[in-house]
Amino acid sequence: MAGILVIGEIQDGAISAVSGELLAAAGKLVAEGVSGGVSLAVMGDDLSAIMAVQAPGADRVIRMSDPALKDEGTGGYDAPVLAVAALNESISPDIILFAKTDFGAVAGPRVAFKLGVAVAQDCIDVALDSETGRVAVTRPVFGGNALGIYDFNGDGTQVVTIRPGVFDPVEGEGSGTIEDFDVSDAVSRVRAVLVETIVQDSEGVRLEDADVIISGGRGLGGPAPFEQLQELADLLGGAVGASRAACDAGWVDHSYQIGLTGKSVKPTVYLSVGISGASQHMAGLSGARNIVAINKDDNANIFKSARFGVIGDWEKVLPAFTATVRDLAG
Amino acid sequence: MALRIAVCVKQVPDPETPASAFKVDESVNRIVPAPGIPPVVNGFDLHAVEAALRIKDAGDAEVIILAAGNDFVMDVMKKPLSMGADALVLAEDPIFEDIDAVGTVKVLAAMIEKTGPFDLILGGRQASDWDQAHVPLGLAEKLGLPSVTLARNVEPQDGVVRIERALTDGYQVVEAPIPAVVTVSNELGEARYPTLRGIMAASRKQPERLTLDELGLTANDLKPDLSLRRLFIPESESQVEIIEGEDEADAGRKLALRLRELNLI
Ligand SMILES: Cc1cc2nc3c(=O)[nH]c(=O)nc-3n(C[C@H](O)[C@H](O)[C@H](O)COP(=O)(O)OP(=O)(O)OC[C@H]3O[C@@H](n4cnc5c(N)ncnc54)[C@H](O)[C@@H]3O)c2cc1C
Ligand SMILES: Nc1ncnc2c1ncn2[C@@H]1O[C@H](COP(=O)(O)O)[C@@H](O)[C@H]1O
Repeated sequence: MAGILVIGEIQDGAISAVSGELLAAAGKLVAEGVSGGVSLAVMGDDLSAIMAVQAPGADRVIRMSDPALKDEGTGGYDAPVLAVAALNESISPDIILFAKTDFGAVAGPRVAFKLGVAVAQDCIDVALDSETGRVAVTRPVFGGNALGIYDFNGDGTQVVTIRPGVFDPVEGEGSGTIEDFDVSDAVSRVRAVLVETIVQDSEGVRLEDADVIISGGRGLGGPAPFEQLQELADLLGGAVGASRAACDAGWVDHSYQIGLTGKSVKPTVYLSVGISGASQHMAGLSGARNIVAINKDDNANIFKSARFGVIGDWEKVLPAFTATVRDLAG
Repeated sequence: MALRIAVCVKQVPDPETPASAFKVDESVNRIVPAPGIPPVVNGFDLHAVEAALRIKDAGDAEVIILAAGNDFVMDVMKKPLSMGADALVLAEDPIFEDIDAVGTVKVLAAMIEKTGPFDLILGGRQASDWDQAHVPLGLAEKLGLPSVTLARNVEPQDGVVRIERALTDGYQVVEAPIPAVVTVSNELGEARYPTLRGIMAASRKQPERLTLDELGLTANDLKPDLSLRRLFIPESESQVEIIEGEDEADAGRKLALRLRELNLI
């Protein structure tokens, strides 16, 4: 057994940013003493454009190309899971790193359980324990209320999924080798079938890219006030988000949800209106630079993380805020 | 022919416990139960129960609840029964406090072997205690079954189950051959409330209990691969600047001016 296997992801035909973050996490482990090198595996139907130079931090790039691996494979991620399991058997890494994306959050555990070993999901740090030579990870638990540090025991493969946005991607040009790994046999055992994908295109700025987000929660009391949030967001060139409570109530679509089981966002300004700031909501805001809160309860948890706040009824505070923004815009 | 559906549910501390009542005993790496706040059935697991009951409503199905854990509170664990599930099977042992997912999967797989066969095995999207979102995936690998996550609709048809899988923007339609393991998410819609009749019926039902021995497992089989070294509440210092005004509207106005002053908007 040797080295670190990083499971990269392809986005728009190129190695995704999150893959660079995984290479940074692998680099940290190497600096701490993990030997055997870093291999980056990528999967897709046509990877001829993928070159080692695009993967700084990887000693080798392994391309696994197969029609069954197009767009993260067929439903349930059967094909990529089978492909990674086959690769694992061939190169026997000590450590396998996935990103905790839609894909990695499923594929990571599935690969681990196929090998009969545990997986640590959604980690925000990895470290080599110099005494045991094994990996220790840090992960938020209880919705982010607490942190847990975990040790991998025994001598099995250590499978870790890493929370996106925590590590800074490795910069520069890669100088590793490149090779192709044939998975046609492995992926022939796919069982779940993807029938169709229905994408709800949101109008305007995507939440994930928005520099300003106006977000509403249960405190808004119904769907109508979201129009006021949209009006303000339009004024500021931003997007509207929501807490899970507002989505579950049917006031806005679930695609608006920010948090642990929703979207992770990284705006310069995050204005929350009528949101209590439960840890599961805040989990989506670790990249937000300035949290601003309007809440009538001075004890609301949101004020612990907010930089600016107004304690009051949003029905009085927000219209005045919006009017002032409009005046300032001239 | 009736479908047999297993739903895996977990008892967890109430995730709506206010942050001020959330405490950790660092000497034993455990959560201190918040006084007066009973545990709950994991929220997503109630969505899974709801998915099973909708299938039962639409046709013929038997819904069996499976749970492994310790210190079960019977009023809490009977909730799926009072919603309309047919039976409750519990494996309770103090050892379950410290096992990892590989162990939990072994226990649940043995429970399924004892109480099966099942056409569908449902679970929640993730448990709100350790937020791992992996046990059902392990169960599928262990049982050699296909798995599909994040269902917002589960519809068994001839020999397959058709699942709408929630994406952050939209959804996918996925089909898997039955038997299959499916995890359910809150996008399914609210879980039904127990009716008075359901509560009465549930109070008369006794859970079936299975011991480690009956499951053919020993403590040695459940030694964790992944163990908790330290559990703690991260320190955070509030640095909020509260904007005040003559009244609430004035505070809103001043907030906008302050954000402009700093060039944030
Ligand atoms: C496993 C798990 C995952 C979860 N994932 C997510 C997630 O991804 N995203 C998420 O958001 N939640 C998530 N949750 C739910 C989360 O725990 C909270 O329940 C939810 O975020 C609460 O939403 P809220 O703040 O809108 O509602 P509440 O907590 O009810 O807060 C409403 C707030 O509005 C304020 N308010 C009321 N009226 C007014 C008024 N007139 N003016 C001003 N303020 C007012 C109140 O003071 C209160 O603070 C998850 C929960 C679990 C268990
Ligand atoms: N001890 C358990 N007993 C029964 N079901 C469980 C148990 N642990 C996890 N599950 C199921 O697996 C899902 C995901 O849990 P987890 O992987 O711990 O986040 C839960 O929502 C339950 O459906």
